[in-house]
Amino acid sequence: MQNPLPHSIAGNTFWVFPERCLFWEDTSTLIIADLHLGKTGHFRKAGIGVPQTIYKADLQRLMAMLYLCKANRLIIVGDFTHSTINKEMELFLRWRKDFSSLHIDLVKGNHDILEAAWYKEAAIQEHEWEMQENGFVFRHETKKSKASVISGELYTFTGHVHPGIVLKGVGKQSLKLPCFYFTPTHCILPAFSRFTGMYTVHPSKGEVAYASTDAEIIRIG
Amino acid sequence: MQHSAGYPVINHWLETKSFKPFLFQQQSWQYIAAGESGLVNAPTGCGKTFAVFLGALINFINEHPEDYRSVKKSGLLLLWITPLRALAKDIGRAMEEVITELGLQWKVGIRNGDTDTAERARQKKQMPEVLIITPESLHLLLAQKGYPEIFQSLQLIAVDEWHELLGSKRGVQVELALSRIVHLQTAADCPSPMIWGISATIGNLDDAKEVILSALNKAGVIVKAGIRNAIEVESVFPDEIEKYPWAGHLGIKLAHKLIPIIQQSRTTLIFINTRGMSETWYQTLLTVCPELAGSIALHHSSIDRELRTWIEDNLHSGNLKAVVCTASLDLGVDFRPVETVIQVGSPKGVARFLQRAGRSGHSPDAISRIHFLLCYDVLIQYLNTLAISEGFYPTAIFNEVRSTYCFRDLQENEWQQILHFITEGGVAMGQYDEFKKVEVEEGIYRIRNRKLAMRHRMHIGTIVSDSMMKVKFVSGGYVGVIEEYFISRLNPGDVFTLAGRNLEFVLIKDMTALVRKSDKKKAIVPSWTGGRMPLSANLGKILRQTLNELGGNHQSAEPEIKALEPLAALQQQLSIVPKENELLIEHIETEDGFHLFVYPFEGRLVHEAMAAILAYRISKIRPISFSFAMNDYGFELLSDQQIPVDDTNVYELFSPDDLLNDIQRSVNNTEMARRKFRDVAVIGGLIFQGMPGEKKKARHLQSSASLLFNVFTEYDPQNLLLRQSYQEVLDQQMEEVRLRDMLERIQQSEIRICFPERLTPFCFPIKVDSMREDLSSEKLEDRVRRMQQQMNAGKS
Repeated sequence: MQNPLPHSIAGNTFWVFPERCLFWEDTSTLIIADLHLGKTGHFRKAGIGVPQTIYKADLQRLMAMLYLCKANRLIIVGDFTHSTINKEMELFLRWRKDFSSLHIDLVKGNHDILEAAWYKEAAIQEHEWEMQENGFVFRHETKKSKASVISGELYTFTGHVHPGIVLKGVGKQSLKLPCFYFTPTHCILPAFSRFTGMYTVHPSKGEVAYASTDAEIIRIG
Repeated sequence: MQHSAGYPVINHWLETKSFKPFLFQQQSWQYIAAGESGLVNAPTGCGKTFAVFLGALINFINEHPEDYRSVKKSGLLLLWITPLRALAKDIGRAMEEVITELGLQWKVGIRNGDTDTAERARQKKQMPEVLIITPESLHLLLAQKGYPEIFQSLQLIAVDEWHELLGSKRGVQVELALSRIVHLQTAADCPSPMIWGISATIGNLDDAKEVILSALNKAGVIVKAGIRNAIEVESVFPDEIEKYPWAGHLGIKLAHKLIPIIQQSRTTLIFINTRGMSETWYQTLLTVCPELAGSIALHHSSIDRELRTWIEDNLHSGNLKAVVCTASLDLGVDFRPVETVIQVGSPKGVARFLQRAGRSGHSPDAISRIHFLLCYDVLIQYLNTLAISEGFYPTAIFNEVRSTYCFRDLQENEWQQILHFITEGGVAMGQYDEFKKVEVEEGIYRIRNRKLAMRHRMHIGTIVSDSMMKVKFVSGGYVGVIEEYFISRLNPGDVFTLAGRNLEFVLIKDMTALVRKSDKKKAIVPSWTGGRMPLSANLGKILRQTLNELGGNHQSAEPEIKALEPLAALQQQLSIVPKENELLIEHIETEDGFHLFVYPFEGRLVHEAMAAILAYRISKIRPISFSFAMNDYGFELLSDQQIPVDDTNVYELFSPDDLLNDIQRSVNNTEMARRKFRDVAVIGGLIFQGMPGEKKKARHLQSSASLLFNVFTEYDPQNLLLRQSYQEVLDQQMEEVRLRDMLERIQQSEIRICFPERLTPFCFPIKVDSMREDLSSEKLEDRVRRMQQQMNAGKS
């Protein structure tokens, strides 16, 4: 079995990668959720010595995926950064300069609390609650809010919940893996950062999940 | 000593009370008068407190022969370290009585988690002559600015119930605190304080003494009481044994048999092995005998503190007829009115049982294990503690730490790694890093940041529990605390039992679970993690011998054996009842998959280790995945494939050869270290738990131990705390000696492989046990794919 796996929605092809991102072929866009940049830095500032390598590895994986897909746009469906500003963001800014032709859209999530000036410096286009593109909606959380202006039932890409799926086998075996969770109306992406926990989802009939073992993506259901 | 000023005073007081001092007490006083240190070995209720306390008083009177009644504000003279809060009040009361009757001006202070801030402030202003303290609170004292002054006047440190602390992380905490206090005195050119451990009889008293006196670098003396109480053990057993004893539930049918015992005794303690079962027992006793309402109470560690104190007080005064309790009311708390102790379920270790039954003397086989393991987590916490109060010079503290028994082999490079971890935070990216914890200023290691200091203070301690949630009535009123994990699985409207009440869960608000009273009869009994004590090696052996009787000799006079006959008959019919020199292995196929049950009767811990090793050895034969479960009698390997164990390879699979390597590899392949890591990470300061108020503010700092374990395994495998969690598994769970003994015994015995057609009475309790481990030699992707196929097959 070779990765990634294609998933079609309304005539568009989305490639599902084990690296926890989607590539939207029709618009040459990479889609990710919940990168939580600066999380290790935030912990370390508070005296908790988690290895900063996680952060570096997350960023490198993002870079590698952008190269691999030759994406000219990145959409982040929320929680791009973890908390208040810290030095780890400087590395991102430096890296951003090398990718200056890349267009970045950020649909803001509950963790995205940085000053507008920072997003401007990072050349990231902010979207307060949602954005719409080619008949698809991008939003951090599935639920609509008062801020929501997009009407009609458009297919939505979200993040926020860090979905994971529990696989059960004969002999009381079970495994929990991060997953992409596609329902007929929306898709929830796994958290891109490796420094995140998981919330178990239970796909029902007509829904599809793709579990990621990091090395491979496996379709469930 | 008889000619000293103090002895006659004390002796006279004893005479007025018609007390006659025991020989061991007089010996202790003599040693204390001579400035010696050591260990007093005496059972509970025999005046071990007086052995040390009156010694300190005699000393004081000797120093102030004329004015001992009027000398006030002498500063801290006697530091009394006790592992149990419940003990503090008892001991304090006893001491105060003596002080008042002798007309001394001494004050007795208690300092533990229950001490209010006003009392703490008073103590800070004027330290009482006696301070009764827990190991945790002692470290909190070391976290205070100006702590060296407190200990300046100190003459004697007593460590009560040392056998309970020895070999635990709390014991290591005591060792570190002792090293600090001793060296404070030495540095100030004062004589070192005396150190006295007080311990019940354990097999290695000499080691216990060596550990506690390590920082003093003195040999010290052991004073033995040599008192033994006779004890009567009687079994209560059901009229008809259930053929498939459900794990842990065996016994509830016996409730009605306990009623006459309770009624005939003045006060009865009913010990239950787990908190969950204690709730069930309490309910059942009340149902069987409603007259007991009001005179029976439930005591376990999740019950509200005030209620627990009330129960303890009423036990003391003899107002309660019976108390259903867990280990929370253990350790020989001196409740004189208690006449009868009932132990429900297997007591898991004879020594423990005998102590519960009130005779702590003479159990020569119980050996408190002493850690040879370096507890990096406790050390890291300790260094942070020193860093928030006075700061420390690494060279001085290194020598002090190495004067403790636990860290006597600590190497310079390990020390440097620890310093690096608390100042630099391990693996970092230089210019992009802002790690902040301990800072070095002119050679002094300090934590300057007040927020960090406050957070550290709240996390001092080595007892890690699941994060707890308060339970309150909607209408107000506090019920107790319960594991967050348990609450998270409830839906509003569900009814559960806590503190003997049926409660309906309403909602969670501000880290508190709100409930209302419920009349529903059926309630979920919370199952608490932990609290399961493993079977000791001796008990295991006795069990195997008992089986011998079960299998063959039907003329057994023992009523316990007779009662088990029907169960044995069914086992014999489906499989066999193994003799003492046989090892039974059962292959059983059910809809769950292929089971392999093995019954070494060696206790849960050894079984867990053996299951992991056996699974690892089988997985070398071909790629296979297992889940395994165990109890005190045996263990189960479960797989979706046929398990390749038969007469041709079974002796090889149970061979003691290459054991050490296989232990190491099986630990690396299972999740045991992950479970250990939770505690290590909390103690080492990687996880913030507790403090409901703070939790909200620090939500961006939350991460689970399991996530941190993954992160360190992948990105910083050399991390000290991660390595320690593996070491702890090897040290505590993988007792090589016991494993080797078992394997050698198995090599000498006959291995009987049976293929029962259905589940047997032996295997049933193991199968229903929910605690499971995994081990696999398959590729992750292959496992996922097969599970996916199985799931699809199940659907169609």
